[in-house]
Amino acid sequence: MSHPGHPIIKLVVQRLALGLILLWAASVLIFVGTQILPGDVAQSILGQSATPETLANLRAELGLNEPALGRYLHWAGGVLHGDLGKALTNGQDIAHEMAGRLANTLFLAGCAAAIAVPLAIFLGLLAVRYQGRWPDRLISGVTLATVSVPEFLLGYIAIYFLAVRFRLLPSLATIYDGMTLGEKIYAISMPVLVLVLVVLGHMMRMTRAAILNVMQSPYVETAELKGLRPFTVIARHALPNAVAPVVNVVMLNLAYLVVGVVVVEVVFVYPGMGQYLVDHVSKRDVPVVQACGLVFAAVYIGLNLLADVISILANPRLRHPK
Amino acid sequence: MPKPPEIVLKVQGLRIEATSYPPGEAPREVVLVQDVSFALEKGKVLGLIGESGAGKSTIGLASMAYGRGGVRITGGQVWLKGRDILQGRARDLRDLRGRQVTYVAQSAAAAFNPARQLMEQVIETTLSHGLATRAEAEARAVALFTRLGLPNPESIGKRYPHQVSGGQLQRVMTAMALCPQPDLVVFDEPTTALDVTTQIEVLAAIKEAIHLTGVAALYITHDLAVVAQVSDDIMVLRGGRMVEYGTVQQIIEEPREEYTRALVSVRSIDHAEKADGAAAVLSVANVTARYRGTKFDVLKTVTLDLPAGQTLAVVGESGSGKSTLARVITGLLPAAKGRITFSGRVLAPALADRSKDDLRELQMIYQMADVAMNPRQTVGTIIGRPLEFYFGLKGEAKRARVQDLLEQIEMGRGFIDRYPAELSGGQKQRVCIARALAAKPRLIICDEVTSALDPLVADGILKLLLNLQAQEGVAYLFITHDLATVRAIADRIAVMYRGEVVRYGPKSQVLAPPFDDYTDLLLSSVPEMQLGWLENVIATRKMHSAGN
Repeated sequence: MSHPGHPIIKLVVQRLALGLILLWAASVLIFVGTQILPGDVAQSILGQSATPETLANLRAELGLNEPALGRYLHWAGGVLHGDLGKALTNGQDIAHEMAGRLANTLFLAGCAAAIAVPLAIFLGLLAVRYQGRWPDRLISGVTLATVSVPEFLLGYIAIYFLAVRFRLLPSLATIYDGMTLGEKIYAISMPVLVLVLVVLGHMMRMTRAAILNVMQSPYVETAELKGLRPFTVIARHALPNAVAPVVNVVMLNLAYLVVGVVVVEVVFVYPGMGQYLVDHVSKRDVPVVQACGLVFAAVYIGLNLLADVISILANPRLRHPK
Repeated sequence: MPKPPEIVLKVQGLRIEATSYPPGEAPREVVLVQDVSFALEKGKVLGLIGESGAGKSTIGLASMAYGRGGVRITGGQVWLKGRDILQGRARDLRDLRGRQVTYVAQSAAAAFNPARQLMEQVIETTLSHGLATRAEAEARAVALFTRLGLPNPESIGKRYPHQVSGGQLQRVMTAMALCPQPDLVVFDEPTTALDVTTQIEVLAAIKEAIHLTGVAALYITHDLAVVAQVSDDIMVLRGGRMVEYGTVQQIIEEPREEYTRALVSVRSIDHAEKADGAAAVLSVANVTARYRGTKFDVLKTVTLDLPAGQTLAVVGESGSGKSTLARVITGLLPAAKGRITFSGRVLAPALADRSKDDLRELQMIYQMADVAMNPRQTVGTIIGRPLEFYFGLKGEAKRARVQDLLEQIEMGRGFIDRYPAELSGGQKQRVCIARALAAKPRLIICDEVTSALDPLVADGILKLLLNLQAQEGVAYLFITHDLATVRAIADRIAVMYRGEVVRYGPKSQVLAPPFDDYTDLLLSSVPEMQLGWLENVIATRKMHSAGN
């Protein structure tokens, strides 16, 4: 079915091209944004020991006197070659240092997603099945509550009960190389729990709303008149037609799991991207901030792109043209 | 001694209610169906007929113990093979639906799940009720596809609903209903959404399938001519009550009730064609049009003339280009080639380039009156808008003119402060006519304006249009797929097929032999209120194709 000229390939290629343009635009915004920040990197590196001569020397060394366009092209060219530059504060290669952090963040996000996504969809189906009755209200109420509570508070509540009172789980999610997979999962179980609670509500409620929308369709009545069990009607006949909105909200939450977990990482002292970014923002380490921003933008755009592609593939009219 | 006939479905004293929520009023209980009783034997077909709101679909679904939306069955019994199904629990009902009684919906295109292959849906109940193995069920489905005359019966099940035509989909749905070998099938307007030329094929296929499988069937429709072809008995319903119940022959040939007689003799308008000779108000010359980004001409060198004060009916099946022609004349879709002359001036192809007088003198009325009006505006505002826009009328003068127009459409001045939601379907269409008339047009394009209405209401609208034409001298371009409507209203007729005008002329010539092939097919496909009509047409066509 995937011969060249298939309309789906054209659509997917269009989306990919759009994604690249978007990423380029994000890189410009990030660069401009970090340039207009108040303060001076050289000044903050030198601190008390700054004299006018050392400041001027350091500025020249960092290339801060060059025009902005030249610096942007230099930076962007480096990124295209996989060179994210060196951290100003400690001179480390950013790409190398970030790789480990990114892997940790993706591991945490992946574990949370592996639990949250299937659970949210299942709870959404269950809420539709018992719409307006107590299971629906219970699911909707509890997930709304966990979404509404700030994540750091959820984190401290979890630490208080699970680590301090009952001593079930470790309160610090420290992981390092050499741990087995099982040890790592045990170590991060509490941040995973908090993240699941944070993203569950949004995904579950969208699943519920998207399926309820489809439940009005004549083909759902057909399925009911076939004498199918209510859960079968929902899962087999309604869900496949609600894929597009569900996938979109799932991807938004996955993106949040990667780029928005700063607070949770800080609460559990987890060595991920969030901590890395926060540390270097406070030190005005512009290259690191730029690199983190770019990676986050790429993750965001990439996941939304994936959502678009899945939505296109889920549409039988596009998948099987006449 | 012959065995007594087996009663499959017996309905006694059925009463169905629902809660209605009229805008701005307290909810109230309404009775949808009351005192309906009938019995249906194995192998027989009972036709339920009536206008919209007569309760026919509600009764059909009640025989599956199903109420759509908030509909409740509040009285009576429904016996399916000797069991009172209204007493059944949800589990028992699930066991019954899809196994003992199945359903064929009006719009198969909407009733099939767009995300699943046809075969999966056709054999779904057979499998879920454990009636056969997958291989057996698929073999059964293929046999039914073959019997129903579907192309490529072996492979059509692998297709998705959007990949087959509406007529084929309706036949697949019939196969889906017959696959679990039920005792009863409820057909709910199965051919209403189809073109006449497709309807006749589907009708013949359904009739044959019912005959061969010996299933009992409820056949619901608003078209008496259709139900006369497939039913053994007919029940006429009105406002949820039984009007008349008898054999087909008795209902068609000797109807007892006045309402039934009105249904049988509907389309009583006798409209003599006006003499040729008036100057043309609209001339369409060699017009070709295509939609943006496509390489296919939807209209191919169309040429037509419409004399002032007369009616040109444009007929054809869906996709023939009738509505596109209206879009081109109004300028919504600018013509690629050709010339349109209106009131003696050449019209600019695009709407934006036309003068205010061009816009005023060319008005339009649509099929769906309720979506053609702003639901938050009163009738007075809706009809008053063109008065203000074209003639600058305001205040009392505008209100007086709106009231005149309301009198003209036979509705009365009192309707001026009502909202569209408070009007019936026929009244809504009348308001749309008044709105078009308010601009004092020379031509009104009527796009399927009676298709969504019940026959008796549609009849009233056609009479009104003819009266208005006599009073105001307005010309109509009347787009329709319904040949009975054409006979009632047209002076001239253009038959369209695949973007071309295949036959054009005064009504008396177009509707008289010798016919071209397509017009012949179209005319002979219109159901007639006559027993055995379907068999005769099918037999004639078979003879012809054998002869060729």
